[in-house]
Amino acid sequence: MLIGVEETIQWLKNYNDKLSEQKDYLSQLDRAIGDGDHGINMARGFQQVADSLDDDFDDVSTVLKKTATTVMSKVGGASGPLYGTAFLKMSMACKGKEVDAGVFAEMVEAALGGIKQRGKSEEGEKTMVDVWSPVLDMLREGEFDAERLKKTAEDAMQNTEDMTATKGRASYFKERSQGNLDPGAVSSYYLFAELADVIGKGA
Amino acid sequence: MVNIVLVSHSPKLVEGLEELLKQVVGQVSIVTAGGDEDGSIGTHFDKIQAAVEEAASGDDGALVFYDLGSAKMNAEMAIEVAESESVRLVSYPIVEGSYLAAVESSIGNSLDDILASLEKEFG
Ligand SMILES: Nc1ncnc2c1ncn2[C@@H]1O[C@H](COP(=O)(O)OP(=O)(O)OP(=O)(O)O)[C@@H](O)[C@H]1O
Ligand SMILES: [Mg+2]
Repeated sequence: MLIGVEETIQWLKNYNDKLSEQKDYLSQLDRAIGDGDHGINMARGFQQVADSLDDDFDDVSTVLKKTATTVMSKVGGASGPLYGTAFLKMSMACKGKEVDAGVFAEMVEAALGGIKQRGKSEEGEKTMVDVWSPVLDMLREGEFDAERLKKTAEDAMQNTEDMTATKGRASYFKERSQGNLDPGAVSSYYLFAELADVIGKGA
Repeated sequence: MVNIVLVSHSPKLVEGLEELLKQVVGQVSIVTAGGDEDGSIGTHFDKIQAAVEEAASGDDGALVFYDLGSAKMNAEMAIEVAESESVRLVSYPIVEGSYLAAVESSIGNSLDDILASLEKEFG
């Protein structure tokens, strides 16, 4: 097994800590090519997620489902529906299953499909898709490796810097969106980095 | 009458637009969802969902107009959740589009008639 209920809760709580720590940085990235609310949106929503995870949960799927509903109604903006959909799809993909490396890859595949469908977006449009997609490619290669997960997500996030946004608020800036990291790609990198840390520590 | 839903990042924008529409079509039901949870600029799924549900409860259907970005995404999601065939998202200019729709609704045109007019005018 890769992650159980405890690790999942730890992962989400650590993610919340990270978001509240990086709130201003994320908003600053969003201010450059958007409306400057990404950090506030994410930190507000995931604080609620963290607060909702002190109950008892039967399995990973239930934790992720609870997360999805909180994210959808508390995050707001574009990232609310997008991350909400991602968590909902992950929850559905591991329903009744133990989460091993193979199942986790299926979860990320479902989540990426959900994000693309909700945002009508594809790879290369300077969005969070550009982190989720390379992560999925890496996970499909088999053997789970926490360090590689983190590195893949980090490189993918970095690659959004040179891209031109064609979706979301940033797309109005056209070429001027180049030279800035996409805020949603950065918050997605944090999500995978925190997971890698929880698993890497052999929790 | 077909109900009209206005979704925007700005509470003032939809309030103003509602006022504009109400001046000519007092009897058409106009439901607004503007801004974030606390009324600042942004979008909020629960708010949009509540507006869509309210409009969906009418007999003649509803048209949902939005301003940009996540307003569309949230409205789409709310319409999916409402599971009503007669609530449609329309991607036409929110001011002129909703004005045309409100006038046609007030004279008793059906959802499909109004959609056809919108397509003809702005499509
Ligand atoms: N259509 C889309 N498809 C995929 N990802 C998107 C899309 N639109 C926005 N994003 C992602 O969401 C991030 C922005 O999230 P944020 O919470 O700031 O929403 P927002 O852009 O402010 O929404 P709004 O439309 O209300 O302005 C972007 O950095 C990008 O990664
Ligand atoms: Mg933003």
